[in-house]
Amino acid sequence: MLKSHFVIELLKLLAAGMLLISFAMLSTRRIQRLITLYMWQGAILFLSTALVAYDAGLTELYFSAALTLLLKVIALPFILNWLVRRLGAQRENERLAHIPATMLAGLLLVILAFGLAQPISVLAATIMRHTIGIALAVILLSFLTMIMRRKAIAQVIGFLAMENGLFFAAASATYGMPMVIELGIALDLLVAVFILGIFFFQIREQFDSLDLHHLESLKEE
Amino acid sequence: MHSYSWVQSALATAAANRLATVSLLAAFWLLLAAAGMMRPHNIRYVARILFPLGALGALAMFCAAGSFLLSGSAPETMTLAVGLPDLPFHLRLDALSAFFLLVLGMAGAGISTFAAGYFRSGEGTAPGLLGLHYHVFLASMAVVMLADDAYLFMVAWEAMALSSYFLVTSQHRIAEIRQAGFLYLLMAHMGAVCILLSFGIMQGGGWEFTFAAMRGAALTPLRATMAFALALAGFGAKAGVVPAHVWLPEAHPAAPSPVSAMMSGLMLKTAIYGLLRVTFDLLHVRFWQWGLAALALGLFSGLFGAIFATVQTDMKRLLAYSSIENIGLILTAVGLAVLFAASHLPLFAALALAAALIHVLNHSLFKSILFLTTGSVLHATRQRSLGKLGGLIRYMPWVALFALVGTLAIAGLPPLNGFVSEWLLLQAFLFTPQLPHTFVNMLVPLGAAVLALTVALAAYVMVKFYGIVFLGRPREASLDQAHHSNWLERAGLAWLAAGCIAIGVQPQLALRAAGAVTGMLVGQTVAGSPSVWRIAPIAPEQASYSGWIFLSMILCVVAITFLAVRLLVHGRVRRAPPWDCGYRWQDARMQDTAEGFGQPIRLLFGAFFWMQVHLPSPADEQPRYRVHIEDRIRRALYRPVSAMVQRAADAVSFLQSGRLALYLLFSFLTLLVLLVFAL
Repeated sequence: MLKSHFVIELLKLLAAGMLLISFAMLSTRRIQRLITLYMWQGAILFLSTALVAYDAGLTELYFSAALTLLLKVIALPFILNWLVRRLGAQRENERLAHIPATMLAGLLLVILAFGLAQPISVLAATIMRHTIGIALAVILLSFLTMIMRRKAIAQVIGFLAMENGLFFAAASATYGMPMVIELGIALDLLVAVFILGIFFFQIREQFDSLDLHHLESLKEE
Repeated sequence: MHSYSWVQSALATAAANRLATVSLLAAFWLLLAAAGMMRPHNIRYVARILFPLGALGALAMFCAAGSFLLSGSAPETMTLAVGLPDLPFHLRLDALSAFFLLVLGMAGAGISTFAAGYFRSGEGTAPGLLGLHYHVFLASMAVVMLADDAYLFMVAWEAMALSSYFLVTSQHRIAEIRQAGFLYLLMAHMGAVCILLSFGIMQGGGWEFTFAAMRGAALTPLRATMAFALALAGFGAKAGVVPAHVWLPEAHPAAPSPVSAMMSGLMLKTAIYGLLRVTFDLLHVRFWQWGLAALALGLFSGLFGAIFATVQTDMKRLLAYSSIENIGLILTAVGLAVLFAASHLPLFAALALAAALIHVLNHSLFKSILFLTTGSVLHATRQRSLGKLGGLIRYMPWVALFALVGTLAIAGLPPLNGFVSEWLLLQAFLFTPQLPHTFVNMLVPLGAAVLALTVALAAYVMVKFYGIVFLGRPREASLDQAHHSNWLERAGLAWLAAGCIAIGVQPQLALRAAGAVTGMLVGQTVAGSPSVWRIAPIAPEQASYSGWIFLSMILCVVAITFLAVRLLVHGRVRRAPPWDCGYRWQDARMQDTAEGFGQPIRLLFGAFFWMQVHLPSPADEQPRYRVHIEDRIRRALYRPVSAMVQRAADAVSFLQSGRLALYLLFSFLTLLVLLVFAL
């Protein structure tokens, strides 16, 4: 019991770290820092999944954790970094408008997410049930990150972070999704990053920039 | 010896389980469709092997359905293991479906044989894909007729619409063809929605969607009327009944000719099948007002189609309007049958129904011939416009001969099949004064006059079609390059033409087959034939028809004339320039044109058309005369709707700003709203 209590506290800490990282992603201007933050988010996800696996004694979750480590901490950040270097976008900073306003909106979203998670966490029987609200908040904050960004790479990272939130929500509510689905999602992510990488090159080829406002000219008159 | 007995026992099994045989034939078509995808670019494989096999399948279908009808067997039912979860598909073969399968097999055999010779590589879609769509189309039509529950019916119905859409747009690189295809798909879906709603009403609250349950459902008169009206609208949209006819003149010219033949000859008939199935089989009551509505729609469609066909200058559009006319005639007969059946005059109902059914069969034959000949002409000359054809009888004598059979049949001349059904229909009209409704029995005979006008106009159209395409002198110099059709094309045409002649001369078999259907639907068959030589549907002393008399008279007159001219008058062929009426020089361009031929009708029925005539000024160096003819119904009914859709689309187009962030915001807000609702 004592062990479990300690684990729960640790999990709460990790979840708080995750939320903090989401806020950091919302406000950072540099793309490389965004990737680093994404990597840390992945690391936290790995740690918390491994902890749950240890506590609940589920071998499946160990696999899940290993997958997270491989994909989200090692592979994807590496690919993204490589892409950024190839595209020569290391130094490209974004001009983000109204960072304080965005942070305030983020705060409101967190409150909404906690309100929404209340009935779900009552139903859930897992040791992580208190963190469902945080998981939802991470999803919404990542979505907000996507909306506020104009660079293609930043949007993709927002998308990946959203998936992290979903994974976290699944782990908190029901000890993770079935293995098959998780494997499928992992593969999807990898493929998505590859395809989006190709798109980056295409977009830059066409517009000499990765700024998405150039795409606005593509609409039908 | 052993193999022979095996064949015999297999045939015996097939005869005992005709439903299984027929469904296997449909599955065989699906197999051919899949086989086409093995080597999709090999035209020899697809056209010379798969299409003839499909024709054989159609022939087997014809035999199976025909033997079912003539043996007068009881309906067979079957429940398939496949289907939606917990909703297995039901099949049923009864006289009505057998009759339409017979039509499908008979015309399908000819069209598939022709198609084997017709499709070439390099024309739009790859041959394997064409084969896929074509055979799926055939199979889905068969399944529509076999379906015994609403699910399977709708699945097959939509498969039919989709596969024919892909066939129509096989030349999809041309923008107009894509547009025609879209219009067709749109109308098909509108129709399907109506049909679905009609089934929804007919299940009568039991939520059982098998046809057996619908037969047993007791509907209030209002609900039954709603079901009939929806079915009439839905099937009417598919059949091209007048306010919903707009897709026909666009889609038929766009499709390759065998496909046009199949759509016009067979697919329109599935709609008639559906209407008959709903009206006479699934609904347990009928009201004479329904018949009146169908009759009025049918007569108007017939007249409208005939009038518009006279002014067309594109040969396939002309045939498309002629299809509207023929569907109008069939619907007229169906309406009359409902009218009689609801007024408890089953014998006359059987007569009208037999007229409708035989016209379905006839139209599938002669309209297929005509569409297929336009295909041959198109391949030979690369011309579709009537104004640029002419004199093709010299270059394509076989096609001209078959086209002559088709035109005479569709014009309703004895001893060909078109006459039989139109005669039966007029016979049915002669009994309308016996209707027990005061005004109806005075008004409906007027319909006979409209019918006669329609039929006469149809003959006029066919004179125009045949005369301008095949007779006279070539209007373009390039036409002497026109080449023959190949033997497969001729074989397909010959089969269909033989059908036209056989039914025209010896209509007893067709009447017997139709009799099996009328026996099932209205519980009465028309009177048997007094002898093998003639038919007399009501009573021999009232009216009878014998194709043999006409045939022998025509043959005698031809023979006597030929002999007289050949032997008595001069006996040798002398070629000399004809008298030129005093003109110094004449050329082929001075012949009567398609526009000129239609001009009197255009003036007489000016109220139907919306016309823009462009007359050149006398000072014009290169004068051109142009007439733009449009359909008033299309302008009045469809233009406002499409304008409204356009306006609505424009009104919401501000949403499409092109900004990615905004799109993301839309989904974000949607998510938030849904989450709050969940709260």
